[in-house]
Amino acid sequence: MTVMQHIWIVLGVLFVFLNIAAGLIWVERRLLAMWQDRLGPNRAGPLGLFIVLADTLKLFFKEDWIPPFADKWVFILAPAIVVASVLMGLAIVPFAPGIVVADLNVGLMFFLAMSSLGVYSIVLGGWASNNKYSLLGALRGASQMIAYEVFMGLSLMGVVMLSKSFNLTDIVAAQENMWFIVTQPVGFVIFFIAGLAETHRLPFDIPEAESELIAGFHSEYSGMKFGMFFIGEYLGISLISAMTVTLFFGGWLGPAFLPPVVWFFLKTFVFIGIFILMRASLPRPRYDQLIGYGWKLLLPLVLLNLLVTGAIALWLRS
Amino acid sequence: MISHLRTMWLVFIHLFKKKVTIEYPEQRVALPPRWRGRIVLTKDPDGGERCVGCYLCAAACPVDCIALQATETEEGRRYPEFFRINFSRCIFCGYCEEACPTYAIQLIPDFEMAEYKRQDLVYEKEDLLIDSQGKYPGYNFYNVAGLDAGVKEKGKGKDEEKPVDVKSLLP
Amino acid sequence: MPTIYIDNKPFDVKAGKNLLEACLSLGLDLPYFCWHPAMGSIGACRQCAIKVFKDEEDTRGRIMMSCMEGVKDGMRISVEDDAAKAFRAQVVEWLMTNHPHDCPVCDEGGSCHLQDITVMTGHNYRRYEFKKRTYPNQYLGPLINHEMNRCIQCYRCVRYYRDYAGGKDLNVFAAHNHVYFGREKDGVLQSPFSGNLVEVCPTGVFTDKTLKEHYTRKWDLTNAPTVCQHCSLGCNTISGERYGKLRNVVNRYNSEVNGYFLCDKGRFGYEFVNSENRITQPLIRNRTIEAAGHDAVMQHVRTLVSGHTLIGIGSPRASLESNFTLMELVGKENFYQGITDDLVYIEQKIVDILQSGTIHTPSLKEIEQADAVLVLGEDIWNTAPVMALAVRQSVMKTAATHSTEQVPLPAWHDNAVKELMQEDKGFLANITLLPSPFDEISTVTMNAAPDDIARLGFAIAHILNPSLPEVPNASEALINHATNISKALQQAKHPVIITGTSCWSNALIRAAFDIAAALDMNEKKAGLAFVMQESNSMGLAMMRASSFDRVVANVRNAANVTAIILENDLYRYIPAGEVDAFFSRCKNIIVLDTLHNRTTEKAHVLIPAATFAEGDGTFVNNEARAQRSSQVFMPANKEIKESFKWLSDIKSSMTITANGHDKHPDDLMLALESKLPQFAGVSRVAPPHDYRVHGARIPRESHRYSGRTAMLANMTVSEPQPLQDDDSSLSYTMEGYRGMPPSPLIPFFWAPGWNSCQSVNKYQQETGGSLKGGDPGVRLFEQTTAAPVFSKDIPDAYTPRPGKWMLLPQYHLFGSGELSVYTKGIASLSPEPYISLSKRDAEMSRLNNGDPVNVKTNGKTYAFPLSVNESLPDGIMLLPAGLTGLEAQDWGAWVNISTVIV
Ligand code: SF4
Ligand code: SF4
Ligand code: SF4
Ligand code: SF4
Ligand code: FES
Repeated sequence: MTVMQHIWIVLGVLFVFLNIAAGLIWVERRLLAMWQDRLGPNRAGPLGLFIVLADTLKLFFKEDWIPPFADKWVFILAPAIVVASVLMGLAIVPFAPGIVVADLNVGLMFFLAMSSLGVYSIVLGGWASNNKYSLLGALRGASQMIAYEVFMGLSLMGVVMLSKSFNLTDIVAAQENMWFIVTQPVGFVIFFIAGLAETHRLPFDIPEAESELIAGFHSEYSGMKFGMFFIGEYLGISLISAMTVTLFFGGWLGPAFLPPVVWFFLKTFVFIGIFILMRASLPRPRYDQLIGYGWKLLLPLVLLNLLVTGAIALWLRS
Repeated sequence: MISHLRTMWLVFIHLFKKKVTIEYPEQRVALPPRWRGRIVLTKDPDGGERCVGCYLCAAACPVDCIALQATETEEGRRYPEFFRINFSRCIFCGYCEEACPTYAIQLIPDFEMAEYKRQDLVYEKEDLLIDSQGKYPGYNFYNVAGLDAGVKEKGKGKDEEKPVDVKSLLP
Repeated sequence: MPTIYIDNKPFDVKAGKNLLEACLSLGLDLPYFCWHPAMGSIGACRQCAIKVFKDEEDTRGRIMMSCMEGVKDGMRISVEDDAAKAFRAQVVEWLMTNHPHDCPVCDEGGSCHLQDITVMTGHNYRRYEFKKRTYPNQYLGPLINHEMNRCIQCYRCVRYYRDYAGGKDLNVFAAHNHVYFGREKDGVLQSPFSGNLVEVCPTGVFTDKTLKEHYTRKWDLTNAPTVCQHCSLGCNTISGERYGKLRNVVNRYNSEVNGYFLCDKGRFGYEFVNSENRITQPLIRNRTIEAAGHDAVMQHVRTLVSGHTLIGIGSPRASLESNFTLMELVGKENFYQGITDDLVYIEQKIVDILQSGTIHTPSLKEIEQADAVLVLGEDIWNTAPVMALAVRQSVMKTAATHSTEQVPLPAWHDNAVKELMQEDKGFLANITLLPSPFDEISTVTMNAAPDDIARLGFAIAHILNPSLPEVPNASEALINHATNISKALQQAKHPVIITGTSCWSNALIRAAFDIAAALDMNEKKAGLAFVMQESNSMGLAMMRASSFDRVVANVRNAANVTAIILENDLYRYIPAGEVDAFFSRCKNIIVLDTLHNRTTEKAHVLIPAATFAEGDGTFVNNEARAQRSSQVFMPANKEIKESFKWLSDIKSSMTITANGHDKHPDDLMLALESKLPQFAGVSRVAPPHDYRVHGARIPRESHRYSGRTAMLANMTVSEPQPLQDDDSSLSYTMEGYRGMPPSPLIPFFWAPGWNSCQSVNKYQQETGGSLKGGDPGVRLFEQTTAAPVFSKDIPDAYTPRPGKWMLLPQYHLFGSGELSVYTKGIASLSPEPYISLSKRDAEMSRLNNGDPVNVKTNGKTYAFPLSVNESLPDGIMLLPAGLTGLEAQDWGAWVNISTVIV
């Protein structure tokens, strides 16, 4: 590939995902509304799509406030980290054969590394805000994300065992005959739950929990800095959805009447939809429930899954 | 787990349910006559202002958004010199209407009061007074009160005897 | 202390009280109408029913009127008994059968005892379906409104008006269920205490007409404890404001001073605060644009003040704070009282007497309790009306005690006691220049010239203490009077002598002192009360500054004089010629005042001062009781502030190291104490400005205060921050401490279920007793064991001079006040200027009533119609004092008259 091509791909991925993230503002609101028997934003522009513009403009024009008691530079840095780390994570996702920013041989590890970085944004944001609710939120976020990272990584090891590669393009290719959802259902479920927790989306939005912590780690944020957290969250949803598709649902694979990229995005949107549906339907667990559930149920389960997968793989080989 | 999935399913199928919201303002809302909306000051059957400036509505108002000053005509009929409702504070609870002993202040089925400037939500008597008796036609406080304020003379009310003759000692 | 059992709980109560008083003092809610703590019980309304049980076994009991039954040790009663409750509800229901559907348009609403009692008894639905009785109303003058339909026949009004206040023209007419409370025909109520009907009547029959002009409910007022500004007695009042206007003044109970009642001047004379004539803007005269802002005026004043000889003229109607700040600004030696030498001399004499500690000066309550009163020369009916009311009580109470000593009857059993007393009266000798409405209850009356009155006084003193000199050339009549009076005084246990400054005679003061001191030597608790002229005359006199005459003499040779005149219309006290002469010597004249007057016209710089309602201030009343009057509202006009604030601004603009922070009234009082030790104790007059109850301020507004978010919304819809009062612990909000505030800081009387003025019961230690925590005010002088120094200097008998008349002032309750006449009603009751001569003098000059007469005095000629006064001693000419537009006269001078040919 030429350098130019590379640049185009990078720009393309950036463009597409930033737009998806922005569009999700509208998608999420409309979907939530419909599931609540309402219509949702439908006034600005066709189907109310311009709500995205309105919202973005609003965020831009809000006062960019840094509380006097905050740690200024860390306060500014935190929202940047979240967006940066998620975007980096997207670099290793293969959208279609040949359309990938960085076809790393340790792609999966890179993804896990990047998603671990995300926790910094929460911890730093909450700490820099110098406010007890924010700090509580940050603490919760840290312990939640560290815990769930473990299962996330472990849940993927089954996939790695089956595909014998950390390279995502290879993993997709390994699903030519059978999607890993069939062989790794437990891995999928755990990965998806861990993904929810990693993006701290409802029902696992414990670090922000507006009813307890009045928005937790980003209580003090407004304007575009808040906007970054906001976008970061949507990007996170997209990333987890894309990874789910890549790892368990055959990535770009699909009947030939549609181009592979389209397959990829169709599948991704289904998972984004599920993310939103979960927000609409499930209540938030208690904090201790969440952590207990992780360590006491998911960890044994994922280890078992690993054991069984390994055993079967060995048995198949022999 | 199963119940979670079931919940998700149940929520999901709401996508295809009929929506409860309506497309206001193209579609209008049907408001019952006792709807508590915009506040008006009504008039007596004889066309006089009903409000007697008793301050009861102001005292009843939980957000204290009514201010008025009572004054009097030559005949002794009380009326508000000014009457102000700050609708940017009003919560349309209807306590004022409940407190009003003269049926003067009434909440009517109208909520379309949005303004671009908050200041425009401050209504004065001129904005509140309507040329109607509102929900309670036929009532005139001064007909039942004992006071002679130019509406009926002492003793001319339905339930009044004619004034006592102070000079008489007859039983 | 007897123990009674109320609903089976034992309570210690005070002996000699009735059950109603006992229950109310214990804090129980027992309804009543006709009983009044100041007037006792008559058992007319049947509202206060309770059950009384024979003994512990008795379960049936009988219904009795608690107000008609004295407490007895071991007595068992029930307030909560079902039958008693039903009885009380029944009584209200009966009363309500005829009560009009008026509450929304009734000015009593929200502070109505009838409403409270109706709610208290639980009556809420009118079952009676027949017609209501109606009554015609009467015109009762410009101050009181009459709406007779609302009457519940409790008889309080006539008992108060006739029995308590001695009025004649209000009565009860007709019969059976048609009784009518009013006058024989329409007309102005004659008693100067008629305003109290507003508070005495438990319903809206009598209401305040001045309040009606700008009606506001009690709950909507911003209230503060104030002190009446219209005479020297310092009655305690509560003033209420709404929308930047003072709305009403009601009585603030103080058992030592005014008790439950005010005079009409005090109650209605508040309109000056709202007057069009107020000074609203600092003015620098002789400029193209005279109006100036605060800073401009301060800058200008600084140039007028620095490098000039400063002269400060204080004021008997300005607060101690303001007078003291002025004294501090100009220096003690340059501070003068703005009154004549004669008056300063008399007032100094009074202060000397009080400060010497040789004699006790009684409070009004002690005057009420006196058993013989001698009024020596002072026309207290006009100059100290509430004192006149107190004297009347003394006369009645003494008679009542005489009777109850013979037949044991409790004092509260009003009708029975009255029946027993018949026409019996206590001793009152009213020795004045002119007859007064008082004379009818006086045992001895005499009308004479001030010097003759003083001679009578000395004659009495001589009889009481023969070591004092005899009055030379005393007439037989004089000796007779003296013997009678001295006999009565000698028999009394607590005799009180009253005199004052209104005769402009220092001999009177000395004579009164001699009598009182002589009585006191005879092991009596004699009291000597003085009446001064203005609300803070005593305070100013206690500062012991020199007179106006002295300043005139002092500026004669001074150059570069800047005079600062504090809230004082000099033309009211000093003959115009002298004032003009003084002003012509001053290079700069700075005047601080509230209303435009002749003095403010002369000002080069005019500074708007706050009235009593707009500022804090301490006033010293006639018994040298310092009392704090609190700010009722902050004027919306920021240019108006207390004189002491302006003056300290001036002071700090003069010094380079000005720290610019305002001194609080309590700081000023502390400074005053340390500067002038005669004021020791004055700083205890009210809690300091940073006093808080459990961290909270005391709200000036009731918890029902309405319109908070709408009152100012016409100007801007965003509500401003509540006003901050840095000078007292009262706040301008509805929030704060809702319990019992310290008594000098009671902004209004209210208790749960008691919205009317009757709620004062809850603030008293016992009904009719002192307020919880003691009555407000600090008495600055108390009697010591110092030996009296008698006066030996007896004036000659007064002899008329041919062709000359001695000019003396006649004070009028309505009219003589500088401020009260701004109330339209009071102005309309004020007399027109006149000249009074005795009948013989008028005949000799061949003059008839109404003829225009010219008086020449102080080089000026005034023409007024003649009013012949039959009782006036010959050779004296009376002019009404202090009427608006009338100049000050050289009282006591001899003047000529001439008739005018029209
Ligand atoms: S509706 Fe309620 S909030 Fe509005 S003015 Fe009336 S009482 Fe006040
Ligand atoms: S309650 Fe009714 S009559 Fe009374 S002031 Fe309000 S509107 Fe007027
Ligand atoms: S007197 Fe009292 S109860 Fe009667 S109409 Fe007036 S406010 Fe109402
Ligand atoms: S007018 Fe008032 S005080 Fe007099 S009897 Fe009637 S209710 Fe009582
Ligand atoms: S208060 Fe006792 S009868 Fe009226």
